[in-house]
Amino acid sequence: MNLTFIDFVFNFFTNIRSHNVNIIYEGEISHEIIKAFTSLAEKDLKARKEANPTKKKVFNIMVECLQNISKHADCLTQTQQKNGRGILLVSENDKQFIITTGNVVKVKSINKIEQEIDNVNSLTKEQLRVLFKQKLSTGRLSKKEGAGLGFIDMKRKSNNKLEYNFKSIDSNYSFFILNAFIDK
Amino acid sequence: MVALNIEPTEITPCVKLNAETGLFIIEGKTLPENVNFFYEPILIWLNEYITNPKENTILEVKLEYINTASSKAIFSVFLKLEKLVNKGKTAKIKWFYADDDEDMKDVGEEYADVIKVPFEQIEFKAED
Repeated sequence: MNLTFIDFVFNFFTNIRSHNVNIIYEGEISHEIIKAFTSLAEKDLKARKEANPTKKKVFNIMVECLQNISKHADCLTQTQQKNGRGILLVSENDKQFIITTGNVVKVKSINKIEQEIDNVNSLTKEQLRVLFKQKLSTGRLSKKEGAGLGFIDMKRKSNNKLEYNFKSIDSNYSFFILNAFIDK
Repeated sequence: MVALNIEPTEITPCVKLNAETGLFIIEGKTLPENVNFFYEPILIWLNEYITNPKENTILEVKLEYINTASSKAIFSVFLKLEKLVNKGKTAKIKWFYADDDEDMKDVGEEYADVIKVPFEQIEFKAED
């Protein structure tokens, strides 16, 4: 077997361990995957010692993240894939759970995403509540059924600023990485 | 009018809409991705109910999890009850939340602020 590949697998394993990653997924995020994930994560979380509200927040934000990818991730190839593809990681340190997603986005979408997250990060709890209500009561669901509420909800539930990064893939596409932190 | 009963799944709630009693129940988890697919039949049923409603309608909502897409769909359900109120009927929404679930309590408060239907928040003891 190719030794470089074996090294890759072993490094992958050691990296996952050193970053305390509990859940990792890469691939298409379909309705079935979300369903499977939610029941898996729920069982997983139930067994943990953290307080119920914390576990609920982790679960909620995880679902929201998966659905974000499923609806909004762009595709590098021209295949007619129905669902978005991406990475989801749930890791932890002594103080926090960290939910990380990564997916491909078009370079031209970056500005909009940045603005939306920066805005959500700059708002107080009360301002977020007002914005949530406003979005809730205006208009029907968009074509992609994104309610425009995802980032607001993640920020509110996590109570911490959302972190993001864009890594350039080529002139048309970037890799969008989003971190949500939930205090234990 | 035939009652609408939907069995719960891992990601969708139990729904019981009874036109004879005017008692509606939505209970469980509402996390579907394709939210329109799940809520459309409910909204259609409610549209028909509104044409010949009971004097009193009560909607009990007891959710464990709600995703943001569903929060908009639930809003649409509440708007149907608002229509009843506008028609001079009595309607009420009972929003149940576990005593350790601040987030669910908050969502209830936000609905109460934007929906013109009497809204009662009811706390219950969380299961361990």
